Amino acid sequence: MNSRKYLVEKIVKIILLIFTIFIVFVLLSIFYGIFKKGLSALNWEIISQVPKGGYYFGKEGGILNAIVGSLYLAIGASLIALVISIPAAFFIHTYLFSYPKWQKRVRLWLDVLWGIPPIVYGAFAFNFMLFMGWPSSLLAAMITVALLISPVMIRSMDESLQHNSKGLFESALSLGFFKGEIGFKFLFKQSLPGITTAFLLALGKGLGDTASVLFTAGFTDYIPESITEPAATLPLAIFFQLSSPIPEVKERAYAAAIVLTIIILVISILSRVLSKRFSKNRIK
Amino acid sequence: MSLENNTSLIDEEIIRKDESKGLHNLIYVKDLSLWHGKQQTLKNVELNIRDKGITVLLGPSGCGKTTLLKTFNRLTDLDPDIKTTGSIFFEDKDILTKNIDVYALRQKMGLLSQRPHPLPGTISDNIRYALKLKGIKSKVEQDDRIEYYIKKVALWDEVKDRLKYSANSLSIGQQQRLCLARGLAIEPRVILADEPTSALDPISSRKIEEQFQELSKEFAIVLVTHILRQAKRLADYTAFMYYGEVVEKGKPSDLFENPKTEIFKDYLQVGH
Ligand SMILES: Nc1ncnc2c1ncn2[C@@H]1O[C@H](COP(=O)(O)OP(=O)(O)OP(=O)(O)O)[C@@H](O)[C@H]1O
Ligand SMILES: [Mg+2]
Repeated sequence: MNSRKYLVEKIVKIILLIFTIFIVFVLLSIFYGIFKKGLSALNWEIISQVPKGGYYFGKEGGILNAIVGSLYLAIGASLIALVISIPAAFFIHTYLFSYPKWQKRVRLWLDVLWGIPPIVYGAFAFNFMLFMGWPSSLLAAMITVALLISPVMIRSMDESLQHNSKGLFESALSLGFFKGEIGFKFLFKQSLPGITTAFLLALGKGLGDTASVLFTAGFTDYIPESITEPAATLPLAIFFQLSSPIPEVKERAYAAAIVLTIIILVISILSRVLSKRFSKNRIK
Repeated sequence: MSLENNTSLIDEEIIRKDESKGLHNLIYVKDLSLWHGKQQTLKNVELNIRDKGITVLLGPSGCGKTTLLKTFNRLTDLDPDIKTTGSIFFEDKDILTKNIDVYALRQKMGLLSQRPHPLPGTISDNIRYALKLKGIKSKVEQDDRIEYYIKKVALWDEVKDRLKYSANSLSIGQQQRLCLARGLAIEPRVILADEPTSALDPISSRKIEEQFQELSKEFAIVLVTHILRQAKRLADYTAFMYYGEVVEKGKPSDLFENPKTEIFKDYLQVGH
């Protein structure tokens, strides 16, 4: 009977709707919580000044050091990750083309790497730095975060190339292009939307990840002037202030969380817009 | 890569025989066998491709037609499990030997695949890529040739106002003609076409067919098709393959009227 189909269809629709509403509700209540607790402490001073002497006891100053530090870190790490990921993704689709088994293996490794918790990357990098006698610095944190986000970056470009790349590859080869040329000329254009999404995803991760920068970036009240200096980051600034017993400082932690959330929101929206724009010449 | 002239030359005797019959062959396939791992896909294929006209390859699905085409432009290199024996002579050289320049070879053997694969970029970009590959740097000359080749495949009127649009915006039939134009811009000697009309509607198919008939005056065309009517309309020469073997070959008039083997008789019967 057809009416049964309609009934099942209706039930499925309602279940999906409930889950969607649930997710949206959770998201909104997080926003509500942060804004309620932090909005009163959010002012121009807090985002335009570095901490003054008594900042962590509720006196004047702001978190500019952490905002700038996080942005430097995220941008630097994403650029390094991009340099690693683009050739890697093209390699999978050109030179590994003839070896599907290896393609599968590499994908599995990348997925496993992506599953390793950031704290492990942080601890590994920290040990390495100790061994080499390097102090914590912006550069060390950039490299650590770059390694942390490369696997997912490669995979996201890889996914954007999966569809259609065999035919594209074979027909470009038939014209007499060589494999590397096909990678950097055509697969690049083809994966541009994937690359933009991956880059912005990496930016978000670089801004938000706490564990991997805990030991590697260090912390400072100043804005770093070179990549060899330590740097403050927003997640750590939030963490430190949140663990303070003073209510004013706690409030500022939520204000910092608002700043972080807004930056990430802007990046997400940007990634949507840009990846749409870059899809124009993509072959579907 | 250097091309050495001492790679095995074509059997003088075959050429003499061909020429005494008034034939001019461009490609000589001699005792070609091909394995996918342990499975043999081509079995002792003997076939000559004339230097002009359309050679139609017929045969049931899975008999090795695509594989044979891919051997001609060495796309088979992509699969490390493929092993070949025998030879394919083309322009005085055995193209299955190691020291052949595969990139130059692929430019001489233009391949048109079953589904069109335009390259990412605009309609004119697609031809421009090919022209740049041929070393044409002047923008003016590129534009001239883009027009020339798009006209050559009877696509100009449909796209002349939107050359700057993504190649993606074309219909499948238009994309297929664009890919043909792109292939021609490479200035091939041979056109290998693997069921080029199977994804197209009858009108687009007819347009491609007309192109082929025109092009067969200049090029050697090897056409794989499942459509018997198309084969009869277009073929100057025909070869029928079955399980990796070339079972019958010759002029279509002889072949279609007097099939010698039971298998081909059945194939023709079912096709009607
Ligand atoms: N990569 C591969 N590995 C193993 N066997 C393969 C591979 N590619 C093709 N084959 C086998 O080779 C045989 C010939 O395939 P081919 O694609 O050349 O057939 P075809 O004549 O073009 O068929 P169709 O008309 O369906 O396109 C088939 O039996 C196929 O299973
Ligand atoms: Mg085929």
